[in-house]
Amino acid sequence: MFGLNAKDTRLLIIVAILTMLAPFILNPFPEGSAMAQFNAGYPDLMQRFVIFGIFAIGFNILFGLTGYLSFGHAAFLGVGSYAAIWMMKLLTMNVIPAIVMGVIVAGLFALVVGYISLRRSGIYFSILTLAFAQMSFALAYSVLTPITGGETGLQPKVLDPRILDGPLAEGATPKANLFGLTMSSSYEMQVGGWLFTFNVGYYIAAIVMLVAFYLAIRLFRSPFGMMLRAVKSNQQRMNYTGLNAKPYTLAAFVISGMYAGLAGGLLVAMDTQVGPERMFWTASGEVVLMTILGGAGTLIGPVLGAGAIKYMENILSKINSDILHTWFAFLPDGLEDLVVTLIYPFIGKGWHLTLGIIFMLVVIFLPGGLVEGGQRIAAWFRGRKAKGSDKDASGTTTEPAE
Amino acid sequence: MGILEVKNVNKRFGGLKALSEVNLSIKENTVHAIIGPNGAGKSTLLNCLVGKLIPDTGSVMFDGQSVLGRAPYEINQMGISRVFQTPEIFGDLSVMENMMIPCFAKRDGYFELNAYGSIGSQKDILERAMHMLEEMNMADKRDMHAASLSRGDKRRLEIGMCLSQEPRLLLLDEPTAGMARADTNNTIDLLKQISEERDITIAIIEHDMHVVFSLAQRITVLAQGTPLVEDSPENIKGNPKVREAYLGESA
Ligand SMILES: Nc1ncnc2c1ncn2[C@@H]1O[C@H](COP(=O)(O)OP(=O)(O)OP(=O)(O)O)[C@@H](O)[C@H]1O
Ligand SMILES: [Mg+2]
Repeated sequence: MFGLNAKDTRLLIIVAILTMLAPFILNPFPEGSAMAQFNAGYPDLMQRFVIFGIFAIGFNILFGLTGYLSFGHAAFLGVGSYAAIWMMKLLTMNVIPAIVMGVIVAGLFALVVGYISLRRSGIYFSILTLAFAQMSFALAYSVLTPITGGETGLQPKVLDPRILDGPLAEGATPKANLFGLTMSSSYEMQVGGWLFTFNVGYYIAAIVMLVAFYLAIRLFRSPFGMMLRAVKSNQQRMNYTGLNAKPYTLAAFVISGMYAGLAGGLLVAMDTQVGPERMFWTASGEVVLMTILGGAGTLIGPVLGAGAIKYMENILSKINSDILHTWFAFLPDGLEDLVVTLIYPFIGKGWHLTLGIIFMLVVIFLPGGLVEGGQRIAAWFRGRKAKGSDKDASGTTTEPAE
Repeated sequence: MGILEVKNVNKRFGGLKALSEVNLSIKENTVHAIIGPNGAGKSTLLNCLVGKLIPDTGSVMFDGQSVLGRAPYEINQMGISRVFQTPEIFGDLSVMENMMIPCFAKRDGYFELNAYGSIGSQKDILERAMHMLEEMNMADKRDMHAASLSRGDKRRLEIGMCLSQEPRLLLLDEPTAGMARADTNNTIDLLKQISEERDITIAIIEHDMHVVFSLAQRITVLAQGTPLVEDSPENIKGNPKVREAYLGESA
């Protein structure tokens, strides 16, 4: 179906179902219960799941297929965001021109950065991309203030020209919308103790993510995708086989830059503001972590990695010592304090510590990321079903890209 | 006029004269061996033919066109394919994919952005690659990881990949170095078959005299960066100068 083989079609359909039902799936705990803390089904976080999923899918096209590790991809996300917000200031609050312009400008910027950075490979390539991103950050922060709003960043103002929109009603603020449907509007559904939120912005971002995911699957299975794997495998052989590796890697770089721009444009569509911190090097590092954590070079891995990291960032970081004390109140006082003291460094602001440990464990024990973990579990179950008839068959199967 | 004409080529590495005044002419549809002691400059000469190195002076003409200053991929597109001393294949890809890549390069040129169509719909490429695998007796290994092939099979695959491009000149740098006797004999048979069945010129660098005398129709002996003699295998065997410079030690 859709020009994909059966396995890829199944993956796409599963991802589509999960994203469409996310408001239910991510809110398993009733409102007000102790576990409600772990609910992730609120619009802001769900939007981040799919948008950073797009960012990581695009990053994986470059890193997963060609092996070129860019350490400056947040620059493309940031540039896409700035382009999008300018569309909202000058043209219209409709999100379509904003998102489209975000993709185009990020693509052009990636063409320039890629053309220069791809003169080197390995660590030198990574450093060059990092240098570009930090320059972009510094410029956005200072010299380019007239375009970027400097430290305070940009948001749509009442007095912006917006030549395609009619004048705003008295006292109204500009709101991002799709032909009048505002991104922030939601429909809430109360079922017993549960509250489910269906947000317009989330569903638009989710549909864009599904399209982006579909296109990435096509790319992985295309002759171009195979050439990118050839670049990673043996550039020497490629050159002596009449192929020029340079335009292949540059095209991959630009495409992944466009995915980043798409994510940047969507971020603006959901939350109409941009600041330079979006381009800081830690943001570039985050997408590297997402991709490796989920499984570089796999189809679904980057999306899983993005979800895992955004979940920790938003959920773990909100747990504080008061919440811990209520959880462990059933323990004797002295023991309660001890347990809380032991867990405390890993939550709240300490969520980075948890992320770091999980990342290390994954890299050491599951080099293929969460996807490899999933495959091992699946293989283990299959092995159990086969009742040890062929023990060594399980676990040794390595699927190149699931 | 040969298909490959090397004229007055010089190449220095710092103070070392790796090639001096090399002249070489390779006739179309022959197997031409280049032999010589270690450090004679054989690999350097070959690298000058494929764009890896640029000679300091002199000219290299392939089929009437200069190859100098062109990138390796351009020279390959002109019709020169190269087999490396250690097989260079795409280890992370399957055997079938390895064979498809040169087929794409032959059909689409050095770059083609087809990121939407599926590989499965490329019927002509699939057919061609499969045909080549059959010819190499590797059809049963089509889904194997290329890195997991035996040394001999990697060499077979690499030669097959080169042949699938229908090159007019095939260059081999010590194709049997480090191979077991059986693999060496297989490679000899394969190359013999190729040279008999196809319109192809083969230039081979080799230390193994068994390989050289089984295959070559012409032999050039290189010593200290200069061609000593060029002759038929029979005459080379009997040439005292060659014996002294080279065969003396190893024969
Ligand atoms: N890139 C290089 N830089 C410096 N010197 C080099 C370089 N490549 C080769 N040489 C030197 O040039 C000379 C010729 O080397 P070359 O590799 O062409 O010899 P060869 O005939 O292929 O020898 P072998 O039979 O050992 O492969 C040697 O002395 C070698 O050390
Ligand atoms: Mg050599």
